Amino acid sequence: MVINEKLIVSSSPHIRSVESVQSVMIDVLIALFPAALMAVLLFGYRALMTIIIAVVSAMLVEAVWRRKRDIFSDGSAAVTGLLLALTLPAAVPWWLVAAGSASAIIIGKQVFGGIGYNIFNPALVGRAILVVSWGAHMAGDIWPSPQPFAFGFDVATVTGATVLAAPEMAVTFSLPELFIGNIAGSLGETSALALLIGGVWLVYKGHIDYRIPGGFIGTVFVMGLLFGGGFYGNIFTTGLFHVFAGGVMIGAIFMATDFVTTPVTPAGRLIFGIGCGLITMLIRLWGTLPEGVTFAILLMNAVTPIIDNFTIPRQFGGVRKSA
Amino acid sequence: MAESSFQGGVHPDYNKESTSTLAIVEMPLPQKVVVPMQQHIGAPCELLADVEEIGKGCEVKVGQKLGDNKGFVSAPVHAPISGTVTDIGPYNHPLGMKIKAVTIESDGRDEWAENIKPAGQLEDLSPDDIRKIVREAGIVGLGGATFPAHVKLSPPEDKPIDVVIINGAECEPYLTADHRVMLEKAEEIIFGLKAMMKALNASEGIIGVEDNKPDALKQMERLVGEEENIRVCSLPTKYPQGAEKMLIYATTGRVVPAGDLPMEVGIVNHNVGTAVAITRAIKEGKPLVERVLTVTGSGINKPANLQVRLGTLVSEILEYCGGISDYTLKLVIGGPLMGLAQPNADVPVIKGTSGILALTDEDVYLAESSPCIRCAKCVAVCPMNLMPTSIAQAAEHGDFKRAEKLYALDCFECGCCSFICPSKIPLVQWIRIGKNEIMKRKNK
Repeated sequence: MVINEKLIVSSSPHIRSVESVQSVMIDVLIALFPAALMAVLLFGYRALMTIIIAVVSAMLVEAVWRRKRDIFSDGSAAVTGLLLALTLPAAVPWWLVAAGSASAIIIGKQVFGGIGYNIFNPALVGRAILVVSWGAHMAGDIWPSPQPFAFGFDVATVTGATVLAAPEMAVTFSLPELFIGNIAGSLGETSALALLIGGVWLVYKGHIDYRIPGGFIGTVFVMGLLFGGGFYGNIFTTGLFHVFAGGVMIGAIFMATDFVTTPVTPAGRLIFGIGCGLITMLIRLWGTLPEGVTFAILLMNAVTPIIDNFTIPRQFGGVRKSA
Repeated sequence: MAESSFQGGVHPDYNKESTSTLAIVEMPLPQKVVVPMQQHIGAPCELLADVEEIGKGCEVKVGQKLGDNKGFVSAPVHAPISGTVTDIGPYNHPLGMKIKAVTIESDGRDEWAENIKPAGQLEDLSPDDIRKIVREAGIVGLGGATFPAHVKLSPPEDKPIDVVIINGAECEPYLTADHRVMLEKAEEIIFGLKAMMKALNASEGIIGVEDNKPDALKQMERLVGEEENIRVCSLPTKYPQGAEKMLIYATTGRVVPAGDLPMEVGIVNHNVGTAVAITRAIKEGKPLVERVLTVTGSGINKPANLQVRLGTLVSEILEYCGGISDYTLKLVIGGPLMGLAQPNADVPVIKGTSGILALTDEDVYLAESSPCIRCAKCVAVCPMNLMPTSIAQAAEHGDFKRAEKLYALDCFECGCCSFICPSKIPLVQWIRIGKNEIMKRKNK
């Protein structure tokens, strides 16, 4: 009888799931599709161009840095580029988008050793660098107002402040408008609805843990309710206002759930989410910046190893039976 | 009262269809068998003097004891066929090493030793009688763990046992041997369970079966019928549902304390095959000389559930099943998640061999591993609630103190973490290295 002379001898298990880093990243891209689509519907061709430039330049920079011909590779650079694009105002110049992607990939990720080794969320590192380097393009009254379904309009002609920067303007938008996203803001952050669709799908696929967005959004709501001053109707709607306005939804669902830079323990993830919510609201309510999601997540990224270390779960059977 | 299942676990492709409907076939007597002196956890057997003296050329009969050890945690081995001893010496063992073994050439007569006779009625046997019969029959855990069965039937006096659980979960993909045993030998399983309950003075018997085997569940339920103190428990299909601690939790809600044995919570677990072997030993006086195993995988031409004599060479079984495909990448003894890959087929079936798998590139996923992306899927699937990625990393860095602090020793190596990892990191393999190193340092 013929026996293959090259039988592989290795220790078990001998079968593996078909899921790979690439397949997970593709799932994240799919989950971001509703938000990206909303961005294009609301902000027109400028949004589309920003997304394309951010994604392509992120992939190119990573490929060049790694000296690999495989542009898409594990898909993580595309995710970083897309996430960055969705946090930018629609009117930013295109060179700025590319600079953001390059910063995200190089300073946010590759200098640490590439995927898996970075401490901070790369997309947010890119965004933070843009905010501190080219503040005039990233903050203030540069936020284009959306023009739903007017694909060709030039966003640069209609700008204003975000609802967070100008609370007196916020009251002119209803909660459903905030939820659907027909307000001024970054490309992908305005539509809570589109982000939620992607988030639910990621939880269903088992890629993200509900504890992080749950802790994050829950904390923002409670803080908004208790300390928001009830300026938006009543205290309850003010809580909801803080959840739907600004970057909380995209941050909680897509940024604070980044695998590499967040805790791996269940309890640690809840703590991480709550911490993000707390810092976000501290900045919003008592800080000098109108929005705090970016820095809240980056700060929590920094303490991720400590959180993991203090939340090592007890092993099965670790608690003596009482009976 | 089906309790909630354990946390974690994975759902691999079960691939049981090709053999689950095939009745157990008794394989013709092999030409020769190789009987290793160690087929169990515990002290290895020493060759009996009567065989040792004559050495090569010694005539043996089926069921004749070949080796034994006076140690408590050990189990004797018996001649699985009648014939002539042609060799005594080290031989390939499924564990991947060479172990002293007796080679017997068959005389084709299948003559049983004279001392093989029924032990009498169960009612007339004392718990001690039952333990003695089980020990003398060389019965060990046939699910694969091969822990001597009589040891589990002899708990210390301060650890009373009230529940005996029969493990019919068969959660490993591909394997269907236990499934077929439940369909075809249900009466013997129940008799074996009653014998164990008597030996342990246990008041309750539970038969746990995963719900992907509805016919086996039905069959067991039908035969258990009106028995007052035995119940059949349907378990959610999820690997590793058949792991001791997971099975106990799912059927009784009891949690075995970390690092302890099931007897700590008044429970003894046995595989369905073990129950059948105990029945045979009592009713027919036969020691453990044969077992049921599944031969399957994409590389097997004619998959089957076979009843084979222990010591039959895997090469002979593969030949009987029509040979294996040239695309076979791995030859595995046991299941695909915890089984042992073999370098060749010149290795005997031992008491714990539950299956022989020829896996091709259709079954085996070979991939380079990439850095951990900390997705924590391994943490989510670990049935022991551990942090596989962190333990593996500690082991990889040689930080065994940290590995131990992360409860590395509680890992029972089910392999869920390595299975689920999208970066294809050999997590459980690193954890094994860590466990070994921790134990080595402890024993110093």
